[in-house]
Amino acid sequence: MPCEKIVDLGRRQFLRGGALSAAGAAAATVMPQQAKARPASARVDYPSNRLANVSELTENEPLYVAYPDDEAQGVLLKLGTRVAEGVGPDGDIVGFSMICPHKGYPLSYSAGDRTFNCPGHYSRFDAEKGGMQTWGQATQNLPQYVLRIDDSGDIYAEGVDELIYGRTSNVL
Amino acid sequence: MAYKRNIDRLPIPPADAKTHNVVCHYCIVGCGYQAYTWPANKQGGTDPQENVFGADLAQQQYADSETWYTPSMYNMVKQDGRDVHMVIKPDPNCVVNSGLASPRGGRIAEMSYSDARQTQQQRLTDPLVWRYGQMQPTSWDDALDLVARVTAKVIEEQGEDGLFVSAADHGGAGGGYEFTWGTGKLYFGAMKVKNIRIHNRPAYNSEVHATRDMGIGELNNAYEDAELADTIFVLGANPLEAQTNYFLNHWIPNLRGSSMGKKEEELPGEAHAPGRIVIVDPRRTVTVNACEVEAGQENVLHLAPNSGTDLVLLNALFTHVADQGWVDQAFIDAHTALPGQDTDSAADEANMLPRKPTVKGRPAHLADFRTALEATRTSPEEAEQITGVSAADIRKAAEWIAKPKEGNARRRTMFCYEKGLIWGNDNYRTNGAIVNLALATGNIGRPGGGCVRLGGHQEGYVRPADGHVGRPSAYVDRLLLEGGGGVHHIWGCDHYKTTLNALEFKRVYKERTDKVKDAMNAVPYGDREAMVEAIMGAIRDGGLFAVDVDIVPTRIGEACHVVLPAATSGEINLTSMNGERRMRLTERYMDPPGQALGDGIIAARIANNLERVIRDAGNDAYADQFKGFDWQTEEDVFMDGYHQHASGGEHVTYDRLREMGTNGFQEPATGYEDGRIVGTKRLYTDGQFGTEDGRARFCVAVWQGLEAPGKEEQRATYKYLINNGRANIVWQSAYLDDENDFVTDRWPYPYIEMNPSDMDELGVKEGDLVEVYNDAGATQAMVYPTPTARPGETFMLFAYPSGVQGNVVNAGVNELIIPNYKQTWGDIRKIADAPRSVGHLSFKSKEYSAL
Repeated sequence: MPCEKIVDLGRRQFLRGGALSAAGAAAATVMPQQAKARPASARVDYPSNRLANVSELTENEPLYVAYPDDEAQGVLLKLGTRVAEGVGPDGDIVGFSMICPHKGYPLSYSAGDRTFNCPGHYSRFDAEKGGMQTWGQATQNLPQYVLRIDDSGDIYAEGVDELIYGRTSNVL
Repeated sequence: MAYKRNIDRLPIPPADAKTHNVVCHYCIVGCGYQAYTWPANKQGGTDPQENVFGADLAQQQYADSETWYTPSMYNMVKQDGRDVHMVIKPDPNCVVNSGLASPRGGRIAEMSYSDARQTQQQRLTDPLVWRYGQMQPTSWDDALDLVARVTAKVIEEQGEDGLFVSAADHGGAGGGYEFTWGTGKLYFGAMKVKNIRIHNRPAYNSEVHATRDMGIGELNNAYEDAELADTIFVLGANPLEAQTNYFLNHWIPNLRGSSMGKKEEELPGEAHAPGRIVIVDPRRTVTVNACEVEAGQENVLHLAPNSGTDLVLLNALFTHVADQGWVDQAFIDAHTALPGQDTDSAADEANMLPRKPTVKGRPAHLADFRTALEATRTSPEEAEQITGVSAADIRKAAEWIAKPKEGNARRRTMFCYEKGLIWGNDNYRTNGAIVNLALATGNIGRPGGGCVRLGGHQEGYVRPADGHVGRPSAYVDRLLLEGGGGVHHIWGCDHYKTTLNALEFKRVYKERTDKVKDAMNAVPYGDREAMVEAIMGAIRDGGLFAVDVDIVPTRIGEACHVVLPAATSGEINLTSMNGERRMRLTERYMDPPGQALGDGIIAARIANNLERVIRDAGNDAYADQFKGFDWQTEEDVFMDGYHQHASGGEHVTYDRLREMGTNGFQEPATGYEDGRIVGTKRLYTDGQFGTEDGRARFCVAVWQGLEAPGKEEQRATYKYLINNGRANIVWQSAYLDDENDFVTDRWPYPYIEMNPSDMDELGVKEGDLVEVYNDAGATQAMVYPTPTARPGETFMLFAYPSGVQGNVVNAGVNELIIPNYKQTWGDIRKIADAPRSVGHLSFKSKEYSAL
């Protein structure tokens, strides 16, 4: 799925997985003072990235974004009905990874029944049910963004609730 | 909301991680995987030299990555007593799946026993015995002594017919050649147990006797044939959900046209086109949808017959193909029964693949082509009357199957079937009828052909001769209901979830086993002599002493008096073969939980204890029959069993299989050359079939309506068809999935797919709980709106613990005691509004849509 709009990638997260494990390996073998470096966090630090403004969203029309970096295609959706994880004035704005967590094929949005569909192996995920795999080959539901909206209506992504396809760390 | 793991980073296998060959232990397809393990205190890195894949893992990996693994492919387990990280990832170099993982196999790691990550903690870790009114842990010696004493005593009083056995006959999970040989040598070698049944049916029989009697083992082609066929004809199967990666990796390329190169290369000199498919199923499945997406609707013919009428459809296809002159007469003349020949002489099934129960006797006459054709002659118009499938579609299907191609070349058609036929009306004749069609069109033993079952589990059967069982074999469940037997040994079966007439079975089974429990409660556990006498007293009074060998606590296990913990695939070495007879070794990559042992070894220890107890009782001659069970490892069992007793087994050892990796070889082995086991790609390529004279038989498969007792009455009495089958993410009876958060979140209850007009009539909404009930019993399910379901025809998830479909399947079986789960009718009523536990579920269409 082409990213039609990639905005404000914001602060990039440079503490890569490789750097993390290299630090760990070094601590085991080299200088004791290296071990005093700031300990690695238990979880990755997600960037807070502005993805769009509420005013840019139209009901049931996907707005393509990327998060947490421009290699990770995703989508923002205004569903028109309040959902459990929805944000915004109507509690109906959600965001998801658009890469199928089975084999990494780009998902397409089916506005008819508000599902994400994978052309690779026919999996589909429910946009109105937290990305639950309605049917499919993946062993996880669709990674969903943790969203925040500020007073000006800017929408920020600040986390993801499942591992994104093709990564051993959600933040590379 | 939908279940999320909130895992944002996974440990990386270091460059020196240990690698093990793994074959998925769930379905028949047997996809290749690799297990990587490394110590708990180590980790790899993202740089290529720091991880076992040699890949740069700091980059986004793209579609079909060979190096990505999901959170469900990771766990932390014990290996030789130490905690290790473990990743089990599909093998891109396995020809079966080419790196694909199904939603079942993709969870092998997560569905492993882990103390550190608290997965599958329900696994059995210690032998358990009924002591002071509850199940309590004990030692192997103590548990086996009790089992042996009671078993020996029952045999002394009732003979070996007093010992009832339920034992799986398959490979894959918990099964395999080691399992079947261990249990087989005990019950058919040391003893001659006759009252034995298999995990999913109430007797000891093949699921496909007809094809075997006709001389054709049911796994006779290669997965590649699905890529080479001009037409795939599939009846009563839903391969996208039940044989997922066989379908995705071998059928879809043909339907997409991407196997055209392979067709040109392997089958030069004839016209080729992308494949077509004929799907016979009363239900529109996700398989039908996927085929339409890939091949276009014009190349997919979905025939939806009235439930139970497939035989009529097959006979009409047979008739029409013959009348059009599209049969392969040269093949028929050279390789099938001659007119006037004694065609009922039995096939030699002893070495037929897969090796299976071989008991003789048959319900329908076997004959030559012309005799079978004339006896079953059915016009498309007659068939339309009974099946509801239009005569035009029947003619079209016949054309797709057999109308010669451009240049007058024969069409290559692959015929396949599974539980819609096997658990369907009139198993024997319907099975015979599909084989008739394949034989008449010369499609067996030929590239792009075959006539195969698609399979459930992998296979892995090697046992001593079973002729004493008889045919029809004993209807074991019925005998148990009638008070038969004194002791019951259960191996990897859960009748409470997977049998027919399940509610009545549970009622009586509980009553009989409770009798023994009450008797045991009255005696101090430590007084073994008094305990055995109390148990025997209860047995004489109609009680039943039950021993359950399994990897998890089962529903039937709740009724048992001794539970023995077994190890599963990966915790021990195990061998199996898949649906194209591809045999592999899954190497041990982790420890079994607690004291669990492999089934073959458990069988040996039971034999050792029986020998001791019987000898102590002074019966040396009988005790001697239990010699030959001195196995210490699975490899010992394999060498005693498969290596010595399976056809071609002399060429196969663990070391050789290890070398052959996840591709293994296709059985039977015919030699060992240049460090490789030589296998057999297809069977019957020489036209020599499994009958005494090598000529295949046709089956006189005459339609006789709904055949099993009680089915026609049920159909007339109740409003809804309760069709049933599988869900993509659930493996078998959910014995492991039951404790998997991803699966139970999606399916807290079994779904029942229902047309919205039926929902309106019943006054139910999506997610509501309904009761399904009829003369056999009652069960519950969750309503799943399904506009493509025909009104009056529902489909319920089979064998699910929170709503057992078998409760409403009546006791009717065919002549050979094959159950008929599919033809079930019942009424439906609302129990409750959708409970909170289903409020977050998606109830949308399961069909992929690009729009």
